[in-house]
Amino acid sequence: MTDTNERTMAPDTERARVAGAVDALLADHPPASTDPKAFWGAQFDAGLAWVDFPEGDGGLGVSPSLREYVARRLDEAGAPTWNRSANILGIGMGAGVLAAHGTDAQRARWLRPMFTMDEIWCQLFSEPGAGSDVAGLATRAVRDGDEWIVNGQKVWTTLAHLAKWGLLVTRTDPDQPKHRGLTYFVVDMQAEGVDVRPLYQITGEAEFNEVFFDDARIPDDQRIDDVGAGWRVAMTTLMNERVAIGGSTVARGSGTIGAAVRSWRESGSSDPADRRELARLWAEVEAMRLTALRATENMQAGTPGPEGSTGKLAWADLNKEVTSFTVSLLGREGATIPEGYALEPTTYDTREVERVMSPQRHFLRARANSIEGGTSEIMRNILGERVLGLPGEPRVDKDLPWKEVPRG
Amino acid sequence: MVDVTFRRTDEQGMLASTLRELLGTTVDMDRTRDLSLTTDAFDRPVWDALAGMGLVGLPLAEEFGGADSPFTDLAVVFEELGRVVAAVPLLSTMMAADAIARGGDDEQRARWLPDLASGQVVGTFAPFESAHADATRVETTAEETEHGWRLAGTKRFVTDGPNADVLVVTATVGDVVSLFVVDPDSAGVHVEAVPSLDPTRPLADVVLDTIVPVGDRLAVHDAADLVSDVLDRAAVAIAAEQVGGAQRCLEMAVEYAKTRFQFGRAIGSFQAVKHRCADMLVAVEHARSVAWHAAAAIDDPGEAAVMVPVARSVCSDAYVQVAGDAIQVFGGIGFTWEHDAHLYLKRAKADSLILGSVGSARDRLASAIGV
Repeated sequence: MTDTNERTMAPDTERARVAGAVDALLADHPPASTDPKAFWGAQFDAGLAWVDFPEGDGGLGVSPSLREYVARRLDEAGAPTWNRSANILGIGMGAGVLAAHGTDAQRARWLRPMFTMDEIWCQLFSEPGAGSDVAGLATRAVRDGDEWIVNGQKVWTTLAHLAKWGLLVTRTDPDQPKHRGLTYFVVDMQAEGVDVRPLYQITGEAEFNEVFFDDARIPDDQRIDDVGAGWRVAMTTLMNERVAIGGSTVARGSGTIGAAVRSWRESGSSDPADRRELARLWAEVEAMRLTALRATENMQAGTPGPEGSTGKLAWADLNKEVTSFTVSLLGREGATIPEGYALEPTTYDTREVERVMSPQRHFLRARANSIEGGTSEIMRNILGERVLGLPGEPRVDKDLPWKEVPRG
Repeated sequence: MVDVTFRRTDEQGMLASTLRELLGTTVDMDRTRDLSLTTDAFDRPVWDALAGMGLVGLPLAEEFGGADSPFTDLAVVFEELGRVVAAVPLLSTMMAADAIARGGDDEQRARWLPDLASGQVVGTFAPFESAHADATRVETTAEETEHGWRLAGTKRFVTDGPNADVLVVTATVGDVVSLFVVDPDSAGVHVEAVPSLDPTRPLADVVLDTIVPVGDRLAVHDAADLVSDVLDRAAVAIAAEQVGGAQRCLEMAVEYAKTRFQFGRAIGSFQAVKHRCADMLVAVEHARSVAWHAAAAIDDPGEAAVMVPVARSVCSDAYVQVAGDAIQVFGGIGFTWEHDAHLYLKRAKADSLILGSVGSARDRLASAIGV
């Protein structure tokens, strides 16, 4: 069989074409002697930014399964690939939204500078009154000729202080039930009426921001898809988020469990109960790692199963356990925090050095794991309802006009 | 490290579905429940069906009636048997055959393996002598006499001991641990069934004060490494069994949560119940990843040194958790003798203990990862 599952496996002709494009890119722009931005520009122009996108939009119109091939080839060649993590909300999520819901003009305007990191992107979904229930959001957009006037507040906005563009969901029709009255925009984060303030978290850092909209104006040509179609576009965004976050597999014994093992060795402890507990946690982390590998393998074979949905929940619980245990290993030293506390916005660079965070700081940061990107309660609902097929809770808000839904 | 793959071959998929179908018609949970009131449970119709499919001797060499199958095939069989808590002595027979295949010479293999492979003869392996010590502690002695080897000592917690036709026991000869094949019907061998927590896998103590023929000492005289290899393979077979049992518990609990109504709603719509089921799912999926990889890696000594204790740790905890949670989802009915849930809980707990504690597996893992 030469043409395997069309959705997940690429035919040989597509693979050969992509291989040729990668060869040419690397030959014409040797990574060692090419400025990263210039390389990314050339990569985009060669159709190797998102290979499954149409030609001209940074792709070659081939199977999405070839993305991984491109990533691997570029990694092996030592090409710069950190734009994907540094501009993850654009390259990982915004691009997919524009591909699925944007106009030709929007794609032409935004995709290339996004990929070259000339323009950083952020995502404006959560609000103080709309966390797990993000469809209940209250930020209003009201039409005024060829523009929309936006008022309201967003929260937990990563990179907002560095971003040029934001993916914004607003309420445009409060008389509709909550999922139906939403409209999606791309907003200029440097426009008048957009105020970004750092949101300091329990470590004292500010990885996130609050964003206030006070009569901010958005041209109608920055609307994504139809008026009232915002929830559909938001779903595309979140689906791309899962793809962007998942799919990366780590080495055995790395990450916070690796730090736990190092702490054990440095402590010189020989407490048999601690030793057993460490081994138990190591085994559980290994089980989670193997499950991620199994999920990737099944995904690539076109036979995804329940194993693809357990990672977020498992990781949140386990990482909290591991980091708490690691601090306990430190004894009284664990009652100190080497970095101290200071209120300071996180820069790119400090995100990069996350791996040298103290165990105490890891312990504090880990509390967010079961809240951010879907709380563990929501994840359990998803596993229960979508994977196991259990019935949902009765919903009191589904068909009510949004403005009549109780809030507080 | 071995190249990790979790894909089953088409043949393995076929084996699983054929066996599931076969067990669906031959296993009768009411009969299993009745067997649970005995101390020598042995579901003969199921055993005969397995033997008929040629599954008893799966990993053995073809010349001895086996199928030369990879260990992952055997894991498929144990997973399916685990789903139905089958009361068959496959684990025990496999351990006995494995010990003879590794420790015996050609004459010894030819003498015992074909009957074990065909299921004609039930075997078991008796390396343990106390509740806590591992298989390296052997107080049973073997002394050479003019009539043969004089064995003296007590082997304990012998799986399927009440039903075994062939016992492979450890005994010390001077400084070394050797293996002896013992006929339980010979003079001076007393097999005493012990009521077991999981009656579907009966246990026995075996008191030895007997003479065995000279030729019944297995040819590999220093058998310490061999014993741990046999037990490692048993551990991975049990891991597969744990996955099968846990998966079945999850399925039963979810099915019940969809159809049991209280307060005018299916109880699975309540988050307290739904979230418990979600946690069960995570445990089952983790256990499956570990058990499958451990089975694939069992012949790679470096990888097995890590994966065997990982599998003991993860799969044991998962099955005990999920079997217990299933009872909680069932509520009162799950606590009754007439329900199947207790069969799984009993198997789950016993599985976590019969080869040694989960804690001891964690000690071993800690050493393997340099902790």
